[in-house]
Amino acid sequence: MSTPGTTGLVLEEGLSFAQSVKGRIGYSLPPSGVPENDPTAKLPKTLLRKTPATLPEISEVDTVRHFVRLSQQNYCKDVGLFPLGSCTMKYNPRITEEVSKIPGFANAHPLAMPEATQGSLQLIHELQQYLAEISGMDFVTCWPSAGSHGELTGMLMVRAYQTSKGNPRKKVIIPDSAHGTNPASAAICQYEVVTISSNKDGILTAEAVAGVMDEEVAALMVTNPNTLGIFEENIQEICDVVHKKGGLVYCDGANLNALLGIVKLGDAGVDLLHFNLHKTFSTPHGGGGPGAGPVGIKKKLEPFLPNPVIVKENSVYKLENRPQSIGRMKAYFGNFGMLVRAYTYIREFGPEGLRKISEMAVLNANYIRKALMGTYHLAYSRPSLHESVFSDKLQKDHGIKTLDIAKRLMDFGYHPPTIYFPLIVHGSLMIEPTESEPKDSLDQFIEAMKLIAKECEEKPDFVKAAPHTTFRGRLDEVKAAKELKLRWNP
Amino acid sequence: MRYIPHTNEEIQAMLKSVGLRSVEELFSSIPESLLLQKPLKLPPPLDEQTLLGQLESIAARNHTLPMNRSFLGGGVYRHYIPSTVSDLIRRSEFLTPYTPYQPEIAQGTLQLMFEFQTMVSEIYGMEVANSSLYDGSTALSEAILMAIRIGKNRKTVLLPESIHPEYTQVAKTILKSFDEHFVTLPITKEGTIERSSLNDYLNPDLACCVIPYPNFFGIVEDVRDIVEKIHQAGGLVIFSVTEPLSLGLFESPGALGADIVCGEGQSLGLSPSFGGPFAGFFATKQTFLRQMPGRLCGMTTDNKGKPGFVLTLSTREQHIRREKATSNICTNQALCATQITLYLTLLGKEGFKKLAQLNWQRTEYAKQKLSAIPGVTLPFPTSTTFNEFVIQLPKNADVVLKDLRIKNFDGGISLDHWYPNLDNAVLVNVTEWNGKEDMDAFANALKGSIQ
Ligand SMILES: Cc1ncc(COP(=O)(O)O)c(C=O)c1O
Repeated sequence: MSTPGTTGLVLEEGLSFAQSVKGRIGYSLPPSGVPENDPTAKLPKTLLRKTPATLPEISEVDTVRHFVRLSQQNYCKDVGLFPLGSCTMKYNPRITEEVSKIPGFANAHPLAMPEATQGSLQLIHELQQYLAEISGMDFVTCWPSAGSHGELTGMLMVRAYQTSKGNPRKKVIIPDSAHGTNPASAAICQYEVVTISSNKDGILTAEAVAGVMDEEVAALMVTNPNTLGIFEENIQEICDVVHKKGGLVYCDGANLNALLGIVKLGDAGVDLLHFNLHKTFSTPHGGGGPGAGPVGIKKKLEPFLPNPVIVKENSVYKLENRPQSIGRMKAYFGNFGMLVRAYTYIREFGPEGLRKISEMAVLNANYIRKALMGTYHLAYSRPSLHESVFSDKLQKDHGIKTLDIAKRLMDFGYHPPTIYFPLIVHGSLMIEPTESEPKDSLDQFIEAMKLIAKECEEKPDFVKAAPHTTFRGRLDEVKAAKELKLRWNP
Repeated sequence: MRYIPHTNEEIQAMLKSVGLRSVEELFSSIPESLLLQKPLKLPPPLDEQTLLGQLESIAARNHTLPMNRSFLGGGVYRHYIPSTVSDLIRRSEFLTPYTPYQPEIAQGTLQLMFEFQTMVSEIYGMEVANSSLYDGSTALSEAILMAIRIGKNRKTVLLPESIHPEYTQVAKTILKSFDEHFVTLPITKEGTIERSSLNDYLNPDLACCVIPYPNFFGIVEDVRDIVEKIHQAGGLVIFSVTEPLSLGLFESPGALGADIVCGEGQSLGLSPSFGGPFAGFFATKQTFLRQMPGRLCGMTTDNKGKPGFVLTLSTREQHIRREKATSNICTNQALCATQITLYLTLLGKEGFKKLAQLNWQRTEYAKQKLSAIPGVTLPFPTSTTFNEFVIQLPKNADVVLKDLRIKNFDGGISLDHWYPNLDNAVLVNVTEWNGKEDMDAFANALKGSIQ
């Protein structure tokens, strides 16, 4: 039996609530400084809180230790490879954090007068222009808070556009390989989702789209590069097919990491596109957010941009509310702190640098793909861009599933790739190294993956019981869902 | 190119191993007609030093006044952020992991989500909370969507005029297809909800009524009678809380009978940051759990019986139920939620109460001081308020606020364009940043500006 503090690095850490000791404090408050005024005497009793919120009572030093210990239980990008496909975890430059903390940005109040917040408005306006240039769109709005919020913004604009043409239309076509947020976003706008299949090469064909395209289709929602990491090479013909029947093409741009300075999707005929700034332009993902999901559009959709629109008149930035706008998507001005980071990232790289990002992201992905081909089953043979999808097909004979491979990877010190997505690949393993990984790191990861493949043959039971060296062993997710415990109880 | 590690030799070696001769060949799957021939038209790259200088000069174009010289609130509050919070939140282990899909190596993030869920439930007085949505305004839209789902054939949504105007705008955008079912409830001369306006809607079409708490004018009202009426009609009551600190002093929404509570978490440890990123709070009753949007962390055990945490009930979510999901949310505000958890851990049970009292006390002083200025009145004189209140000026509010700015005060938010009936009204916010001297100086400046 060991006790905390006697066996080196201690990772065990109970809930803050359980550490609570009455009377212990971690705060320091100024005196009121105004004449004594006791709320409990002055306010109507019915309005006063009867049972205080049970928050922990612990000192500052214990709070610090609590958070530091918990932080040490986390794997993060800053300690190693985080090859999550589609989720794109790249290195976060320190300067982007630094600039977001500049008091002029961090303390800017969103309801201050526009003349007092010209800097923020300038930054957003310029970022919108950069993103328009990168994507080949005519305008960009930075208001959406994440990719899926961008999708919703885009779908509302589709609806407003189609309504202005006389009919909001009923359906949105979405390929079976799409991210789950796509159909969910279309559904919130009351669209019926029509699913179409990708072909055996993992891409959409113009014929398949033509087969379901009619005058009740408001838009096609396509991810490019798609969630298999493959470029939708028929995109131009597909856009033509959709446009001919009066539909719009929405592109989920979550995978733009492969296309910076290589292709502008606007040139291919796409009408709307969202960016995942937290992926492509590296802002901290913080264990699940915040994000930012700006949306780019072509000129014909301009009247429907969410309010307010920032306009520049004689070097002064103004806010404009437009009559045909879909309205406001969020209070204030988007996730501004994330916009500052993405802006900084783009400015540090410049045009050639951005292109280099995509070149190296694709090179890294292909390097892993080539090295693991044969060891793991490659789901599609089309060339892939920034990510590639394998499956557990070759390991299944030994009774091993993708989940086991993922868990075993942790023992080698790696965060596993994205698993079981996209849904169209059975037992998928989706690997995206990004441009920020050096060759050595890829080589080590490849070696670990090969070793695991060997273990699958030689000692499958050991793999199935992984992870073995992590702070916690395999966690029981079924139990969590069955015996729900979603909060601590006093 | 310091963030890209590849040397030329490595690039050549890697190309060789994948069987290609040039970097261009990596993009052979893209139709040639689409490949860009020219570099993007963007500003040239910058070294770190120059870049920082440029960003500082853009930030300097914001005329941000010191916190103690500002009286701006309106859903974004300037509270003191302890150095411990600012310091710990910058740890890589919080900043740079992804959504904890692999729980064995993400226990820190998961445990903090669990603690966050507990804190939000406690503050709201509710049974269960999720681990954050984008912000208070979008959380309100999610709450209304949830109430409509639960109510099945019920469609009417009651929205008092005293809700944050931008929150209402967001709800109307996101719920466009329910637009005709939105009913605006008028407010009384005291800035509270006009009770008689409810009566026409207490029928089987009533889905929900939203109660701003405190409302946009900073007013806290006893709404037990409203809650009772809505419940009798079979509707749900949603509380929308823009200033959660108020719940250190005032009765919790749960104790008042709320079915769903949503709101903003910014005031608990996040900087104003021009409006984001913030964190949406969301809580409900156990019975409605499966209709709740957003991510949930649950406690479980590992294969050795040790306690641990995982994301759970994902069958409600978009990656499983796609178009039938309870919401499209995927990325939430986990880092902001961690920051809020840190802040609340430090503040603790007593600190939360005491800070709320301090805010109330100082605000009462400011209210008295400002309304004693000849020409300045309180349009809602008898209402109870938390750290915000409305004053009415004898002159155009924008003109006065501009003049105050010249004197280095952000005097508040002009309400004219949202509430044309409230002539020359200004929403003033006071927090622990504004000491007695600041309030006195502000009152003096205001006296001058209205002359
Ligand atoms: C392809 C794709 N589309 C959309 C999204 C949704 O973006 P977000 O999580 O920012 O809402 C994601 C990521 O989660 C994605 O990978």
